[in-house]
Amino acid sequence: MSQANSPRAAGSQLPVASPSRRNRAPRHAMRWIGASLFGFWILVAIFGPMLAPHPVGALVGDDMFAGASAAFPLGTDYLGRDMLSRILTGARYTVGLALIAALLASSIGASLGILAALAPKWLDETVSRLNDALISIPSKMLALVMVSAFGASIPLLIITAVLSYAPGAFRISRSLAANLTTLEYVQVARTRGEGRLYIAWAELLPNMIHPVLADMGMRFVFIVLLLSGMSFLGLGVQPPIADLGSLVRENIGGLSEGALAVIAPAVAIGTLTIGANLLIDSLSASRGQQGD
Amino acid sequence: MLGEPIEVQDLLVTAVNSAGEEVEIVKRIGFSLAAGEVLALIGESGSGKTTIALSLLGYARRGCRISGGSVRLGATEVLKLPAKELRDLRGHRVAYIAQSAAASFNPAKTLMEQVIEAALIHKVMSREEAEAKAVGLFRELALPDPDSIGARYPHQVSGGQLQRLMAAMALITDPALVILDEPTTALDVTTQIEVLRAFKRVVRERGTTAIYVSHDLAVVAQMADRVLVLNGGEIQEQGEIDQILEHPAHPYTRSLLEAARPDQKLSPPPTTPGAELLRIDDLQVGYGARDADGVPAKVVLDHIQLNLARGRALGVIGESGSGKSTLARAVAGLIGPSRGAVQFDRRELTPTLKGRTPDQFRRIQMVFQSADNALNPSHSIERILTRPLDTYFELDGRERKRRVAELMDLVKLPQALLKRRPGELSGGQKQRVNLARALAAKPDLLLCDEVTSALDTVVGAAILELLVELRRELGVSYLFISHDISTVRALCDEVMVLFQGRCVEQGPCREVIQNPQHSYTQRLIGSVPELRRGWLESRPSFTDSLEALA
Repeated sequence: MSQANSPRAAGSQLPVASPSRRNRAPRHAMRWIGASLFGFWILVAIFGPMLAPHPVGALVGDDMFAGASAAFPLGTDYLGRDMLSRILTGARYTVGLALIAALLASSIGASLGILAALAPKWLDETVSRLNDALISIPSKMLALVMVSAFGASIPLLIITAVLSYAPGAFRISRSLAANLTTLEYVQVARTRGEGRLYIAWAELLPNMIHPVLADMGMRFVFIVLLLSGMSFLGLGVQPPIADLGSLVRENIGGLSEGALAVIAPAVAIGTLTIGANLLIDSLSASRGQQGD
Repeated sequence: MLGEPIEVQDLLVTAVNSAGEEVEIVKRIGFSLAAGEVLALIGESGSGKTTIALSLLGYARRGCRISGGSVRLGATEVLKLPAKELRDLRGHRVAYIAQSAAASFNPAKTLMEQVIEAALIHKVMSREEAEAKAVGLFRELALPDPDSIGARYPHQVSGGQLQRLMAAMALITDPALVILDEPTTALDVTTQIEVLRAFKRVVRERGTTAIYVSHDLAVVAQMADRVLVLNGGEIQEQGEIDQILEHPAHPYTRSLLEAARPDQKLSPPPTTPGAELLRIDDLQVGYGARDADGVPAKVVLDHIQLNLARGRALGVIGESGSGKSTLARAVAGLIGPSRGAVQFDRRELTPTLKGRTPDQFRRIQMVFQSADNALNPSHSIERILTRPLDTYFELDGRERKRRVAELMDLVKLPQALLKRRPGELSGGQKQRVNLARALAAKPDLLLCDEVTSALDTVVGAAILELLVELRRELGVSYLFISHDISTVRALCDEVMVLFQGRCVEQGPCREVIQNPQHSYTQRLIGSVPELRRGWLESRPSFTDSLEALA
């Protein structure tokens, strides 16, 4: 008699607005905050270098770790370079690398996941166990091993991020696809003599694309953090190029004096990941509402 | 405690639709019921019958709201009670029995603990008293081992027993009003008859007022004193059960009554058996690992033998777990048999999909039960119908359009639906598209798995009518799987009765149904409720268990 005793039963009778309406306003706000933060960083990644007031490597300030001023709105770094220009230029590497890696990780993981769900049992088992082995390696450790073995380069960083995050995408899409394959329209397609590729592409993918996209957004955030962490350790993007993570590292000396040069790139990483998170959350929540 | 009278006035329940507008789903209805009477709420899905039943508990489902009216139980105005008193009322003075008992029990607790839970929550008696009372109820409800069944867990009893245990759960506090919401819909007919008998006895003996929600008129005829016919949240007709059954005044009631007896209106078209189309020899199908002799761990079907001539229809009838769906899946190639052969048009079919020719794929089409899952929700109707045309035939653009239009006409759907997606169609429309997709291949054999079961009575009857018509017009053969004898009788020439994976009887449809030989067939046919009062009482009680028949 769970229905009779359920606590929300009483509330539903009161003459108040329905719960969905009450939640709608904050959810919209979250979506807008998320979308504007994320959109802002995408724009910075595209146009940032054009807007930078100073060349990225130019020693323009007299002071190291100078505070905000009219000439240098975000202060200067440990060599007296303009922080604003460095962030505007560096964001491209963080956002771009993570986007490419997330796209690759999700599309490789999702396609293998769907095909594994449709494959004969032995093949599915083999691929899934290999995948489990990969998933059990901590991503940071894998990245450290890769970098120490092959040296840090941009293609290697992308490969490392894909290797770390494609197995998770595989897991999720395989289980989504496995649920869908038991549905009757997929069975009908099979008894019609359709091939695996058609079933994967036309029958399965359109019905699982939303969770797969939400998953990709999450992987993007993870990869931003992984790459920033690698750069912070000095093993990521190498000088003279600097991404947001390396900006934090190279200015770590200013931490004791609370320099803007170390705070600004850290805040940049924070707003980028939080923005992406908020956007994904609000999008998947609104889909959940449509669903019921 | 005896039953109490209930009076409902101007009940208005509203819901917010996807566009954010408030719509009325129960439109100011009113009725009254004397103490100890049983009222049936009858209607199709979406008629508001469950919503009305729940509002008697002062409860509205998520997204719905009781916006007006009054519900008086005895001297209590239910809709004006504050939350705390409402909680005292529920499960104590008003009890609710839901459709799916399996989903209503907590699998981790013993049955006894759950049956007496309400009595302990409302502190109406001590644990010992409650347990003693529960055992008494188990006995009244004709449950086996009434003294010890309470110690078991939900998965250790059958579906019919679980449904009766749920009745015990509801009755433990001696409620003044019991609401039974489709309590036997999920049960097999042979189980349903015992559950109905038990319900009827306890409700009558205790003089409880009861609301019985159902879509099945024949069941209602056994249980109710009075009937309320609902459609679209409005009362179409209300009256004594005899008057509704014998002299229905409203056309909607008449259409419900007519749909409940499809076999009196429809009959299979006369055909002369053609050449042999499908032949199955000594088929065995199962799941799990196979032993040294190749016998699977769980055998679902065994020793199946059948012949189907071109243009004929064979009904396969049986209860859940009888293996009837597995038979269709084996013919379709979705599951490989462990023994035996399937011949189609005198050529042996490969056990699984692998190795079948495109022509064999085309000529055997499967139509599934669930209208919701059978169509890909992200494809338009046009795309769904075009795909088999592109797979099997080489048509140019104009030809293809013409063929799609023809298919829509065949299943009597307007062309305007082509651009829509399955989610925008009603259940009956979806089932028609489902059929049209199979017919697009110009098949020789249609495997129909419970195609009318998930539909409302009236809609299901219309689909059945369409199937009979398609047989006549296209000469297509059917392997028609169903648990419902009257639909099989309306469509099929021959019938095969499956019981626990074996065929117990096979023969011409009319003969088998009128003069069943095997005791299981007799019981199966005898358990289908008839649309007349007193049928339940006239049935002999079966004391032997079903297992004894195997």
